[in-house]
Amino acid sequence: MNFLSYLINGISLGSVYAIIALGYTMVYGIAKMLNFAHGDVIMIGCYVTFLAMSGQGIHPLAAVIISIVVCTLLGIAVEKIAYKPLRRATPLAVLITAIGVSYFLQNAALLLFGADTKSFSSVVTLPALKLADGALTISGTTIVTIAACIVIMVALMLFIKKTKAGQAMLAVSEDKDAAQLMGVNVNATISLTFAIGSGLAAIAGVLFCSAYPTLTPYTGSMPGIKAFTAAVFGGIGSIPGALIGGILLGIIEILGRAYISSQLSDAIVFAVLIVVLLVKPTGILGKQIHEKV
Amino acid sequence: MAKLNLKSIKKSTRDQFITIAMVIVVYIIVQILVATGSMSSLMQGLLVPMCTYSIVAIGLNLCVGYLGELSIGHAGFMCVGAFSSAFVTKLLEGTITNGIVLFLIALCAGVLMAALFGFLIGIPVLRLRGDYLAIVTLAFGEIIKNVINVLYIAKDTDGFHFAISNGNAIKLSDEGMWLINGAKGIVKIPHLSSFTAGVILILIALLIVYNLVNSRSGRAIMAIRDNRIAAESVGINITKFKLMAFTISAAIAGAGGVLYAHNLSTVTATPANFGYNMSIMILVFVVLGGMGSFRGSIIAAVLLTLLPEVLRGLADYRMLIYSIVLIAMMLFNWAPKCIEWRQKLGVKFRRNAKKEAV
Amino acid sequence: MKKALSVVVTAAMMTTLMAGCGDSNGDAQSAPAADGAAAGTESAAASDAGAASDAGAADGTTFKIGGIGPTTGDAAIYGTAVMNAAQIAVDEINAAGGINGYQVEFKFEDDQSDAEKSVNAYNSLKDWGMQMLMGTVTTTPCVAVADMTAADGMFQLTPSASSTDVIVNDNVFQACFTDPNQGTASAQYIAENGLATKVAVIYDSSSVYSSGIEATFVEEAANQGIEIVAEEAFTADSKTDFSTQLQKAQSAGAELVFLPIYYTEASIILTQADGMGYEPTFFGVDGMDGILGVENFNTELAEGVMLLTPFAADADDEATQAFVSKYQELYGDVPNQFAADAYDAIYIIKAAAEQAGVTPDMSAADLGAALSGAMTSISVDGLTGEGMTWQATGEVSKAPKAVVIKDGAYAAM
Repeated sequence: MNFLSYLINGISLGSVYAIIALGYTMVYGIAKMLNFAHGDVIMIGCYVTFLAMSGQGIHPLAAVIISIVVCTLLGIAVEKIAYKPLRRATPLAVLITAIGVSYFLQNAALLLFGADTKSFSSVVTLPALKLADGALTISGTTIVTIAACIVIMVALMLFIKKTKAGQAMLAVSEDKDAAQLMGVNVNATISLTFAIGSGLAAIAGVLFCSAYPTLTPYTGSMPGIKAFTAAVFGGIGSIPGALIGGILLGIIEILGRAYISSQLSDAIVFAVLIVVLLVKPTGILGKQIHEKV
Repeated sequence: MAKLNLKSIKKSTRDQFITIAMVIVVYIIVQILVATGSMSSLMQGLLVPMCTYSIVAIGLNLCVGYLGELSIGHAGFMCVGAFSSAFVTKLLEGTITNGIVLFLIALCAGVLMAALFGFLIGIPVLRLRGDYLAIVTLAFGEIIKNVINVLYIAKDTDGFHFAISNGNAIKLSDEGMWLINGAKGIVKIPHLSSFTAGVILILIALLIVYNLVNSRSGRAIMAIRDNRIAAESVGINITKFKLMAFTISAAIAGAGGVLYAHNLSTVTATPANFGYNMSIMILVFVVLGGMGSFRGSIIAAVLLTLLPEVLRGLADYRMLIYSIVLIAMMLFNWAPKCIEWRQKLGVKFRRNAKKEAV
Repeated sequence: MKKALSVVVTAAMMTTLMAGCGDSNGDAQSAPAADGAAAGTESAAASDAGAASDAGAADGTTFKIGGIGPTTGDAAIYGTAVMNAAQIAVDEINAAGGINGYQVEFKFEDDQSDAEKSVNAYNSLKDWGMQMLMGTVTTTPCVAVADMTAADGMFQLTPSASSTDVIVNDNVFQACFTDPNQGTASAQYIAENGLATKVAVIYDSSSVYSSGIEATFVEEAANQGIEIVAEEAFTADSKTDFSTQLQKAQSAGAELVFLPIYYTEASIILTQADGMGYEPTFFGVDGMDGILGVENFNTELAEGVMLLTPFAADADDEATQAFVSKYQELYGDVPNQFAADAYDAIYIIKAAAEQAGVTPDMSAADLGAALSGAMTSISVDGLTGEGMTWQATGEVSKAPKAVVIKDGAYAAM
């Protein structure tokens, strides 16, 4: 029974990683850049929800929607100001700019909201599910997190398959120049990607903070790194890959903590990542890139 | 006359000459300032950290600028260098009293261990490319930090004691001494680093990397960076040269770690000093200074180590300003529009220079 | 050429920027050393390293106390509390006529809880002319700084760095309990009051503070006949999810969970334990204090939590109440144990300075020797203990108070 409970915790944690990893993977697929500031957008999303809920007494659902809007706008603004001018620069220059943005968001949050920890009250009011005479308890947050992850994943796949904008995203990720020639507005598509990624970050942030109820200006950085790892694990650029990578990472982390060592759980996660990459150098679902001479 | 001579020699040699001269001139100026007492304590305290980060940046530049592989785990090699050298120092402290000898032994230990780790990690890592390689170096960096935090080594009259994960298992006799105490790291490390040692290490590192990049091996390494397939087709042993550059890069980062550990009396592996944040910080030095320019790495490392300290007066705002400066610098350096604008100015500038030369 | 140009431009930008900042610094503050770093030349006359001991003597009309701790970074909350509370104490002392008739200046520098930055902060304060150091807040930086103060002979009193590694030098004293003391006292308290026989421990193995307490707790528990059924650690990188550790404690049948950790993580543990329906007794140490002050925390969850702490913000003695209301008025928060320790630390420095009869025109090293000598003969009544005295080792002796959380407030036991 313990094992089952660990497994469910792992899937729940993994679902959050998966939603965050989507943001990394989409941006990477289309703009070919690692958006290091993604984790900090999560943190901003949490603060917005927190302030709306506990400060203004707004209904949790409305607070989440406000937070999604704010994060979407933030994502677009960051892209316009910091990343767009560097569209044709070396990937490293963009990476470092992203790091700069990450530091900026953290320190801006530190000044705006203060360093003290806020206790985030869960936006989920669903009661916990008790199975097998209470030996197995699944909290409401866990259920909602896993459900949200599945819904988002399906919606996103449909969006990309069925809509024109989604097809444009696919085209830009395949070949930017060719897409442009075919009449795709590349800049608008990239902005849209950032908007969707950041909006998802807000949802992921709210779910993360509901499950692990603490909020500081540095809340986003570790889940950000882990989710980035998850994206690479599943094959960066691939949406189902983000799902698989995220959930596997979550399960490995929790089981490693439970059965091997609670102090080495991160080391275990990273070690598994290394082994996977050595066996499959582009991640689980990554595309094999054939080099042209 | 001297200027003419300088121009007539090979560009790479000239570059090397200027960099080394710059380091020596700065060293002399600093020594004069210290001797005349016109340097603040803060600046004096920053001298060794500046050397530390310069050395690590030189090491990483070899990897990023010449080998063309992005490593975001170099803080891990620094960590290995710091811990193994501090460990050796603690062990031999009682038997070797001469500080310089002790430091040299510790340095060798730190550099060798870092090189060993670089070699071992390099074997699997260098099979990967691009972002995948980057994430694996990050993973290794985190693993190193994580493992050191659960390592317990102590020594008493019964010999050595080891434990992993829980130090409570070790019961020491009275004269016992902790060498590595888990998260508490190593404490009471003798203060052996100095600015002079740092500068000597920078010079050695520079000599090594300049000689490497200007040698046959160096050209092979750059050929791999520029076109791997072409390099392979002319018979360059890709694995050998990649491993060579990566190992040397790790060893130099390890030397930086040795300097770091012996400058503070305590060394712990925290996310702030040996985590990915530090790796990224070093990468920032390299990219801002210019990939492939060792001189640039040193200048960037020195300036960016200074910046947050100089901004101390602004207290809470300094990290915010630091981040804005970072973004602004990247835009200024790399945005096509800025480059265009700068080239206009640059062209004018260069024309004038030519006239003068004539 | 392009590269070289970019380097030159970079350097030029940096220099201008630094010069600019240096200047604005100099204007904003009267501290003479502020722009020393910008050029490394101007500060020569005013204050500098080689002559650090003369620096304080240069103006000699006020005592200059420096403070170091994290005000940014993820330990910022502790450093900020110390900074604010120390400022309150300094202002009170100045309003009441200062120390030995001299006014006191206080300056606090950020170290982000990093050893290297802490040494930088220390050097920066030395440039300012610091004569006594109240810091640093966290342990690892404190060990590094203690090494520097020992070399300079500077008096150092740390409000909250509790490891025994901190006080190996003669010039360093602690205002808080040492970690081994807390661990031993907790195990004894649990055994003597028969709170539990099966105990689980959840601790932060990457924190010197937490692992220090944990080690002595486990050792003493064996002597007291307490069975440790689960010993679970977490690290600074994974301190948001405790469901696994709690699960293990629960299935091992622990009646009491000992939490030698800070309240931030403790608040998550309490929330998650509640979520999974696990209700043991939780027992904490001084780092747990402040849990009721976490913004938006459901204090009902903390009902029945016990902790050993030297300070409780709701104590009804006059001194505590005056301090708490002043702190709230100025900074808007309820002060935690760190704040109280820092407030006491400033008064301890005052007591030692009065005992030794020192004046501000003495050099930092002379002051250090005089104050270190006086520390062992003073007794201070503060917020965190009555009749606090010090041994020459630097360790404080005061009685820990056990409190229990009842109806959303701390109550003495």
